[in-house]
Amino acid sequence: MTHIGVTVDGLHRHGDVEPRLLLVHWLREDLGLVGTPIGCDTSNCGACTVLVDGRSVKSCSVLAVQVDGHEVTTIQGLTREDGEWHPVQRAFKECHGLQCGFCTPGMVMASVDLLSENPDPTEEEIRNGLEGNLCRCTGYHNIVKAVATAAAEMKGASS
Amino acid sequence: MTETVMRTDGAAIGRADRRKEDARLLTGRTNWTDNIQLPGTLHMACLRSSMAHAKILGIDASAALALEGVVHVYTGKDFPELAGSTCVWPVTDDIKMSHYPAICVDEVKYAGDVVAVVLATDKYTAIDALDLIDVDYEHLDAVVDMEEALKPGSPLVHADMGTNECYVAKMPCGDYAAVSAKADRIVKRRFINQRLIPNPMEPRAVVAAPRGMSDELTIWTATQIPHVLRVLLALLTGIPENHIRVIAPDVGGGFGAKLQIYREEVLALVLAEKIGKPIKWTETRSEHMVATHHGRDQIQDIELAVTNDGQILGMKVDLLADMGAYLQIITPGTPLLGMFMYSGVYKMEALDFTCTGVYTTKTPTDAYRGAGRPEATYAIERIVDEAAAELGIEPLEFRKRNWIKHEEFPYTQIAGLTYDTGNYEAATARALELFGYDELRAEQVVRRASGDTVQLGIGISTFTEMCGLAPSRTLGALKYVAGGWEHCTIRALPTGKIELITGTSPHGQGHETAWSQIASDIIGIPVEDIEVVHGDTGRAPYGMDTYGSRSLAVGGQAIKLAGERLVEKARLIAAHQLEASPDDIEFSAGTYSVKGDPEKSTTLQAIAFEAFSAHNLPDGMEPTLSGESTVDPMDFSYPHGTHLAAMEVDTETGKVTLRQYVAVDDCGVQINPMIVEGQVHGGLAQGIAQAMYEGALYDNDGNLLTSSMGDYLLPSAADLPSFITDRTVTPSTTHPLGTKGIGEAGAIASTPAIINGVVDALRPLGVTDVFMPASPQNVWRAIQTAQRSSTHTNGGAA
Repeated sequence: MTHIGVTVDGLHRHGDVEPRLLLVHWLREDLGLVGTPIGCDTSNCGACTVLVDGRSVKSCSVLAVQVDGHEVTTIQGLTREDGEWHPVQRAFKECHGLQCGFCTPGMVMASVDLLSENPDPTEEEIRNGLEGNLCRCTGYHNIVKAVATAAAEMKGASS
Repeated sequence: MTETVMRTDGAAIGRADRRKEDARLLTGRTNWTDNIQLPGTLHMACLRSSMAHAKILGIDASAALALEGVVHVYTGKDFPELAGSTCVWPVTDDIKMSHYPAICVDEVKYAGDVVAVVLATDKYTAIDALDLIDVDYEHLDAVVDMEEALKPGSPLVHADMGTNECYVAKMPCGDYAAVSAKADRIVKRRFINQRLIPNPMEPRAVVAAPRGMSDELTIWTATQIPHVLRVLLALLTGIPENHIRVIAPDVGGGFGAKLQIYREEVLALVLAEKIGKPIKWTETRSEHMVATHHGRDQIQDIELAVTNDGQILGMKVDLLADMGAYLQIITPGTPLLGMFMYSGVYKMEALDFTCTGVYTTKTPTDAYRGAGRPEATYAIERIVDEAAAELGIEPLEFRKRNWIKHEEFPYTQIAGLTYDTGNYEAATARALELFGYDELRAEQVVRRASGDTVQLGIGISTFTEMCGLAPSRTLGALKYVAGGWEHCTIRALPTGKIELITGTSPHGQGHETAWSQIASDIIGIPVEDIEVVHGDTGRAPYGMDTYGSRSLAVGGQAIKLAGERLVEKARLIAAHQLEASPDDIEFSAGTYSVKGDPEKSTTLQAIAFEAFSAHNLPDGMEPTLSGESTVDPMDFSYPHGTHLAAMEVDTETGKVTLRQYVAVDDCGVQINPMIVEGQVHGGLAQGIAQAMYEGALYDNDGNLLTSSMGDYLLPSAADLPSFITDRTVTPSTTHPLGTKGIGEAGAIASTPAIINGVVDALRPLGVTDVFMPASPQNVWRAIQTAQRSSTHTNGGAA
């Protein structure tokens, strides 16, 4: 067992983990942060995407021990403390960018990272930027629309 | 005839309400089955056969049992009689039904079949233990190819049956021999509707808790069918139905894959009962590829009998349908769900349908989005394009000459279905307008003339389908075991809040929002005061669940009637308390008032409390306020539409690009157009994926080659364009809300549109078909084959 200390969704969390334990299993099984789901076992689907130090990472492809001393943000930590949603969350609802919602946590976190890197993406850049996150319900049409909508809103807020 | 006039005093129906479901789904406060962690849970893992077909000579689990944390290892010998799944649709009298063991006893029949089950105190240990179980197999020959499987001397999947032929179903309509004799031309094609793997984003998962309150076992499972499952679990396990509660919590997509009873559900329940501890199993994605049923997989030999002036006389359909190794819930019936739809939107004098179900040593097939109708629609929409090409008639013109005209509805088509309404002209006109059809045809001419290496093709699909499964008597006549009704109870609670209990079981379709909208219009209560309860046999005891685009088409009727009954009971209480005759009480927007004296009024919410306190009810009236209804639909519904695809095909590399896609659908009245459009988008993506990307591949030994998401190409955002969509509205006259269904239309319509476009691009090169998926390899091969054969035909260069 290895002892790790990680800031998760703004709280300091620590625990003893098997070296082989995946970050996503630590979040879900040990910390009870089940908002981050698991959609595959080959790191193709991206449902488990979280932010590590602000950058999107598939939490099934990282060991818990690798984030020792780092900062992890899950979908459950994206909403502000006063309950206000992140613009990406609002845009996904407004644009009907989700149906079953299983890919949504990963899709939202990947979009947050995409917009932090590229605040004004074209449709093609959004599509390529989300290539690592699979959705089976929406055909991506409204997800792309949601990300563009969030970009416009965030740009408006920052200018 | 049921009343079809829409209420106009409410405004909720037709409004693009943002979804109620989204709050929890967007913040991670979800209720997936895999989230459930009960104290003392034992984790189940399944050892799956690495061989497609083999005898089990022995199993040594001693090393696994020695691993710390492993509690039990079970093999087939522990449950020799227990079935893991069952078939409720024996489609013919002489169908050969398989027994699907919960754990294989002496033989495995597909790669992925379960040979042992481990229970351990944690998930990692359970999976570790699988590697320590030693199974001694004796190889048996795999049965992979359907046509080989039917030949004498083929190895047998089920030796006791003496054949791999599961059934032969025939439906001759009209006299095909006669019409084909008088036809000028018989257009023949063999289409391959390849095997697909459904892949909802949430893998399957199940948690079974031992008996607790009410001496009841509770099973949470990622299913589309909690109600049907409860019945089947009772029948298979012998545990009385009234001791089983099934809960489908948040379910992350289904597409038919979760319209099933699976061995992991049966085993979890049986083991929870046997051991008295919670049992949990969650499928890995790679497991999903072999362990969850597949879809499609048909060889379609199609003939269209036509006249030289472009009239369709008749159609012959001869299918081979791959059942896989065992029959699951509706495995044999799935191809037959398309049986009535082969004539599509067209008039014809004869339809000769035959389907042969074939056992192979592969994962069982069953319903996948559209279930039988995509295959039928593919066949008819492809063959009309081929017929048009052979006759030299523009494909849209050929369709117009043969389709049912809007003034001809209701129209009883050749397979006996009566299409109540439709307007193919209107949907097509709108699609052409959005598409820029004439401009694209002009561009196509230019590219052909210039010999551009990237050719342009236009794919057309003028489709119809059947939703609203189904009138129970019709299902009975087709030998389906269950009925097709749906239930709703609407309860006005003492505090004025509304509980809408539905028998439908959503897994992404937004029922919580849309059902609230329907009820809101009928009972006059705002949508935010209506809570939709679903997916739990303890709280929503009656239902037939969600599949086949039935939830709105059938469930919507039950909501309407339940709401009307609630309103009528409340009217009697209002009349009593306002001291007026019920006939003099008007109801509008949740308020009851006396005609001509609007000051004398009360609200439905106030009446709800009166019904609870029961201090002042009419003599003899029972307290509480609710409306309940179970509706058996009077008929199917028939959505239709026109889809157009602009396809670019690189003739040197075979690369296919979807440049533009227009979908105009007619699903009748739309409850929530935003949700309708979302359903269209998702359906399009899946239908396009069949045409361009997906396909389950097996090697000759029966091993699944596309056994992970790395090998099975689910399209990403980068693989698809944005879609251009619109709707025409021709209300259904057989469904009281005028609705038809939209869940599967996109998946049904789009596959032939894409392939028609690819073939249209390549037709000058002599290509008359492209195997799906239209991968660069398949397209390049089609081009090479066509050019070789044209060289040969022309006696060309040596």
